[in-house]
Amino acid sequence: MLRVRNLEAGYSKLKVLRGISVHVGAQEIVTVIGANGAGKSTFLNTVAGVQAPRAGDIEFDGQPIGGMSSFEVVAQGCALVPEGRLVFSPLTVEENLTLGAYTQYKRKRNAAVETQMERVYHLFPVLAERKKQLAGTLSGGEQQMLAIGRALMADPRLIMLDEPSMGLAPLVVKSILETIASLRDDGVTILLVEQNSKAALGIADRGYVMETGSIVLEGTAQELLNNNDVQRAYLGKDYQTIDER
Amino acid sequence: MMFDAKYEAMSRDELAQLQIERLQATLRRVYRNVAFYRTLFDERGIEVEEVRDIGALQQLPFTTRADLQASYPYGMFAVPLRDIVRLHATSGTTGRPLVVGYTRNDLDHWSGLVARQLAGVGVDEQDFVQIAFSYSLFTGGLGFHYGAERLGASVIPASNAANSADQIAIMRDYKTTVLAGAPSSALVMATALEELGLHPEELQLRVGLFGAEPWSDELRQRIEERLHIQAFDTYGVSEIMGPGVAAECEQRSGLHINEDHFIAEVIDPVALTPRQPGEEGELVFTTITKEGFPVIRYRTGDLASLVEGVCPCGRTNVRMSRVKGRTDDLVIAQGIKFFPSQLREVIMQQQWISPHIAVIIDRKDGSDSIEIRAAVSEQAPFFDEVSKVSELHDNAVRALRTTLGLSVQLTFVEIATLRREVGSKGMHLSDRREL
Repeated sequence: MLRVRNLEAGYSKLKVLRGISVHVGAQEIVTVIGANGAGKSTFLNTVAGVQAPRAGDIEFDGQPIGGMSSFEVVAQGCALVPEGRLVFSPLTVEENLTLGAYTQYKRKRNAAVETQMERVYHLFPVLAERKKQLAGTLSGGEQQMLAIGRALMADPRLIMLDEPSMGLAPLVVKSILETIASLRDDGVTILLVEQNSKAALGIADRGYVMETGSIVLEGTAQELLNNNDVQRAYLGKDYQTIDER
Repeated sequence: MMFDAKYEAMSRDELAQLQIERLQATLRRVYRNVAFYRTLFDERGIEVEEVRDIGALQQLPFTTRADLQASYPYGMFAVPLRDIVRLHATSGTTGRPLVVGYTRNDLDHWSGLVARQLAGVGVDEQDFVQIAFSYSLFTGGLGFHYGAERLGASVIPASNAANSADQIAIMRDYKTTVLAGAPSSALVMATALEELGLHPEELQLRVGLFGAEPWSDELRQRIEERLHIQAFDTYGVSEIMGPGVAAECEQRSGLHINEDHFIAEVIDPVALTPRQPGEEGELVFTTITKEGFPVIRYRTGDLASLVEGVCPCGRTNVRMSRVKGRTDDLVIAQGIKFFPSQLREVIMQQQWISPHIAVIIDRKDGSDSIEIRAAVSEQAPFFDEVSKVSELHDNAVRALRTTLGLSVQLTFVEIATLRREVGSKGMHLSDRREL
């Protein structure tokens, strides 16, 4: 569904992505894990069109989308849930969701938007309870749900999530990730970027390990969990001995 | 049947994406973790980031057996030793062996790949798989064992059965349906079967997977006729993985290379330039999932050609022809790989044996015999003393067995005769086997 080859991106002189090749199959849950600053957010932002690629190819369902603007990418069916949720605080929950459907309104599909909103409320009942409440007054977990709900309003086939677990309590993380995993049953493909590697690998089918702008490992979630480098670097399991060889 | 249809029948387009992803990750790991590759790439001015497609692989240097040997024992490992859960070894050109390490994920992949090739020739969880490959530093026994277990078959680890009559007894009583071993061992068993007065139909055996030594289509036919089975070729290289690199499916139209784990190339062994599909040359492999012991463009020394196109079985991966021979003088006899120079090296370590040797390898009923003709040095103080000469003889034979694992028949001849036989090179090997 998504195919990225040799993607390079950066900020002025700084090269952040050094030739990333990644693919996500239809209805797969794929995670990119890595330390802070590895380039994970830059990667998602570049795919989503928030940032322009410097080199490389991005294909979505066989169509090149590299260099498209973010709203064009969303119109293709590929939505981003940005890091730090970025909900519109002064607006209500309902208004936030409605804004997420802007690609649908253009095509005058109001009925479809209603259905979509029902779907989001079904997925996150707490949002239905608080639909008239201002987004800024929601808890962190609820804001994350709103951010995901807002992305779903565009009826995407691929949803990309940037650190959805950030700053949330473990129980909330668990519930949000379970909901994300359940989106697959509705035919949504998921690309998840996480520092919380253990949680991400817990729901993913496959994963990539990103280090300083490069992919250094690819495998099934189980293989990555088994990999001692991953255990040491990202799962907090280390050994007492330093005697490497 | 396909054990892993997602990968075995993947579209070429998807496979190309998977291969480049895995290749790029592998290159970054070897550059970071293996001093040999870091130095090699730096010296040649190679930036791993510049490898943007599979074709760019051709810009990278080769890895040779000598490189692996120079790194003895652990220099080529890409992970700390505590992450290694298994070691295997294979013979080097001289002296020291090549040591290969596997992580838990490597073993897991390996089992899956061997399970693929078993499933590919119709083996399933109903089968009894008798493994006649040795369980040792050699990858054959454990490689097939884990693969057959992964498939869910009932595994009979029979390599240590004292003799072929015992193998036959196990085969008959345990109702073995699948035999995995060296092709020569199949002939040994066929002979034992005849000697025991048994008809092949009294066994349940129906499939054989053979490899680890070169064997011809003619030998295949003889095995099939004498054991009443279908015999399939399997290809493995210990330095790459062991069994599971490539194997025939039921179509027997070449050996399917597991391209989601290994990128295969065929090169001109002298000019080192790429050969086209269908052209024979040296097989070169790059591992793209190995964690413990990844190798980049490893020259196997095996001669074969690549076959493109979808096989009638539905698998999309590239196939290789059966191995036609070697680029070097590696000999595989008695199930052991060695270079003739190694025989000479061991012989020369014995004091008072002249450095000339003649080696004659032959095969009778599937058993390889190795005869070495050597001479007692004219300077030996005990030149004529029978007991001393016989002690020298026994020491040399023992040394060959302990160092190389070979059982050799050593004959002392007149030094003048020997010189005529071996000529100026000091050594002559004649392989009389019909493979």
